[in-house]
Amino acid sequence: MTVDVMMAAAQGLLALALAPAVVGLVRWLKARLQNRRGAPPWQPYRELRKLFQKEVVVSRHASWLFHLAPFVVFASTLAVAVIVPVLAVPLLVDRIGDLLVVVYLLLLGTFFLALAGLDPGSAFGGMGASRGVTVAALAEPTLAVAIFALARSAGSTNLGEIAARTIADPLSAVSPGHLLAFAALFIVMLAETGRLPIDNPATHLELTMIHEAMVLEYSGRYLALIEWAAALKLLVFFALLGNLFVPWGLARAFTLEAVMTAAGVFAVKVGVLAVAVAVLETRVAKLRLFRVPELLTASFVLALLAVTSSFLLR
Amino acid sequence: MTPELLLLAVSVAGYTGGALAALAFRGVAARALVAAGALGGSLATLALGAWCLATGTTLAFAAPWLPLTGLALRADGLSAFFLTVVGLAAAAASIYGFGYSAHHDGRDSLRLLGAMFNVLLLSLTVQVLADNALTFLVTWEVMSLSAYFLVLVEHDQPGTVRAANWYLAVSHAGFAALIAAFLVLAAGDMTGSFAAMRSVGLTPGTRDLVFLLALVGFGTKAGVIPLHVWLPMAHPVAPSHVSAVLSGVVIKMGVYGLMRVALDLLGGGPAWWGGIVLGLGAVSALLGVLYALMEHDLKRLLAYHSVENMGIILLGVGAGLMFQSYGLPALATLGFVAGLYHTLNHACFKGLLFLGAGSVLYATRTRNMEDLGGLITRMPRTAVCFLVGAAAISALPPLNGFASEWLVFQTLMGGALVPRPEVAIGMPIAVAMLALTSGLAVACFVKAFGITFLALPRSTEAARAREVPASMQVGMLVLVGMCVALGLTPFLVVPVLSRALTGLGRLPMTPIGFSLHLPLSVAGVTGEMSPLLLAVGVALLGVLTAIVLRLLADRRLRVGDTCGRIGQTPRMEYTATAFAEPLRRVFAELYRPTEDLSIDFHPKSKYFVRTIAYRSEVQPWFERLLYTPFLSALRGAAAGVRQVQAGSLHLYLAYMTITLLALLVVARWSR
Repeated sequence: MTVDVMMAAAQGLLALALAPAVVGLVRWLKARLQNRRGAPPWQPYRELRKLFQKEVVVSRHASWLFHLAPFVVFASTLAVAVIVPVLAVPLLVDRIGDLLVVVYLLLLGTFFLALAGLDPGSAFGGMGASRGVTVAALAEPTLAVAIFALARSAGSTNLGEIAARTIADPLSAVSPGHLLAFAALFIVMLAETGRLPIDNPATHLELTMIHEAMVLEYSGRYLALIEWAAALKLLVFFALLGNLFVPWGLARAFTLEAVMTAAGVFAVKVGVLAVAVAVLETRVAKLRLFRVPELLTASFVLALLAVTSSFLLR
Repeated sequence: MTPELLLLAVSVAGYTGGALAALAFRGVAARALVAAGALGGSLATLALGAWCLATGTTLAFAAPWLPLTGLALRADGLSAFFLTVVGLAAAAASIYGFGYSAHHDGRDSLRLLGAMFNVLLLSLTVQVLADNALTFLVTWEVMSLSAYFLVLVEHDQPGTVRAANWYLAVSHAGFAALIAAFLVLAAGDMTGSFAAMRSVGLTPGTRDLVFLLALVGFGTKAGVIPLHVWLPMAHPVAPSHVSAVLSGVVIKMGVYGLMRVALDLLGGGPAWWGGIVLGLGAVSALLGVLYALMEHDLKRLLAYHSVENMGIILLGVGAGLMFQSYGLPALATLGFVAGLYHTLNHACFKGLLFLGAGSVLYATRTRNMEDLGGLITRMPRTAVCFLVGAAAISALPPLNGFASEWLVFQTLMGGALVPRPEVAIGMPIAVAMLALTSGLAVACFVKAFGITFLALPRSTEAARAREVPASMQVGMLVLVGMCVALGLTPFLVVPVLSRALTGLGRLPMTPIGFSLHLPLSVAGVTGEMSPLLLAVGVALLGVLTAIVLRLLADRRLRVGDTCGRIGQTPRMEYTATAFAEPLRRVFAELYRPTEDLSIDFHPKSKYFVRTIAYRSEVQPWFERLLYTPFLSALRGAAAGVRQVQAGSLHLYLAYMTITLLALLVVARWSR
């Protein structure tokens, strides 16, 4: 029990500490791939420090909701980071939330972020909110069906259970169901975390932006919380992709050695996924907003195939 | 007299007293007595339901000396559950109604409203206790008619009479199907008692017929697509606390009836019964939310969400029926529990949202979201209540909508246990439709709350809005409390629900097992979650973040004009139409929007625009496709029948004679 609580806290803290580095790493890799020198991977930490030291400027038309939203977004994303297996499986936190809870907790953050976008009454915020919830809504079916595919082969929606079953049956990791579900979740990850080709995390003040438009009114410590939560969300999706589909390296016993190894392996997995995202973001251009549903439909078809293939090939 | 009968008597006395007071008194006295009667009656109803659910006791009462087959009442687990739903939503609506109906003081409409509101609650209470066909059908009709009069209360508003007429016509078409269903089911048994119906042996074909008739009859009441057309018309035009009862409780009678007939009286059926219910549920859920997205009338938006949520409930019930026929009782119970849980939750959050929309209407006199905005500072308590309702209906943890949708998801994923191709392909699609529905519900309620309550007011009415009276706030707060409580305690609610279902249907129902005391887990389809711990955890993390920020980060905060918007006006804001625009484009095939843009240019130069008029409408082509042929055929038939009605007394006498002779001949021959 105590060990479980400590492990959960360690997972949360590790994710919190690592998240800005992941964003920085993707940016640095992208810069290198584009023949730029780029800011070092730890640049986001400096940015967070800077933001935490600045004053907050709030629109005179904003309500209390605007002040509450950063905390809801940050706390709910951090809660997800505690639940998702980062270092060890199975943990007692599995009993608090399964994969569906992860999805809906993230949706809670999106809900408040979108409301905060509407609150100061700027057209930019409204546009970002409108597009943000559109993309989130259209990504839902893929997420749910991919979860179905994972739950079907593991017999459970519990995160620890899913990882443990794959460890027990290594061949299932390369089954068509798992591979297709991985592809589907990867596309959804791009949509949910606002990466290319759905949203461009590098733009400011462009009509194409989604996430940046929603948070345009934020500044200072509020913006720091939101940026940190966004980084954390990326890391959470990396953890889902890395540890549910390729669960080797996760600590099964709570010894210091096992946990340190798990942390090392996790860093490698995150590194690989960061390279994948950076290469992808360098290769593709941003889709027009109304082409995004087509991409998400494609990811949905992948997820549907994943879930039916595990029935047909059984 | 047993305590159950006593509670029932108190409940009936309360409603009757409330109805009579509406007729006898006028003004504030009438309003107070109506509310008191309805509140007393609904609290007794709630107590009766909760008592029967908690203790497992049943209630039986018969008055066979009444005309025809007499009155027969019986409360089993299912009845007790629905009594709870009725009592809970009605109690909140009664308190709220006291303040809300103030503008009816001194008008005759208060009599109609007060009397019919109590009659409606009375009929609902007796309805779920009915133990013979006659009691059921009579209370059903009283319920439909009292709801019709309640829809008509504000008949001076445009569109109300048309909506009421649609409602009346559709509910009677459904009623006809119900009469037919019960006639077939009674199979010549003159008492029409439910006990006899359970044991009557019908052929499979007849059972299918009864099921389909019941599905049509109860489907019209439940507002299942394509039988939903009346719902978005009728629910918004009623007074808001009545809308809360109509959407929160009355349409649930469709679910009650369907479960009573299909599961209890018929004892379940082939898998395709469940499949049809499941399919209708999935389609209703998705189309309901899609049409809701395009609505800018706050109450119509909520009414379309009722269609959506009835769909989610039917997903659970349909899956339950299906798993029952596949011989998976634990999973079937899970499906029914998920459906019932969502029924209770929907009664709470939709009741809350309609009361919230009513408060907005009360304060601003408009339901059009494009004229609202900025209410969060002007009506802070209403705003908080509406926000809780919006988060609950969007299935966001840790509120109640999430708990029941999680159960529906788990049920549908349990379809993996059925080794049949149609299930293996159908269930993932149902899961996807449910997921899309809940995603779109989030989008829709960001719009509903964001445009109505946030930013700057878009009209002088909204700018002048003030917080509503205390009684209305209390009514909303009761339901806010229920949304939170039901969301945090699925580990208490689910066992009660599964016990309430035990004994229904011919398959032995097994109660769902719970591995741990606090978190919820279901054998067969495992998955665990604990909304209580989740809520505590998220709240703790939020508070901790705030404390750390307070200690370490800069604390300065400046309020000013941000992002260069100096002299900001409401015209700079995003509108509801604009907010829904991306989704309107994505689903253009469904909406088939028509756009009408007229620009008045300056005569000297095309680069200067004087006025722009933009109109856009969504075509309900789907409804037209279904209803236009039917309605024109009906009109044709009516014109044909009119030939017979020639106005000549001699002709009518001839008709009577011929009919009488024909009946006599038939009676003679069939003996």
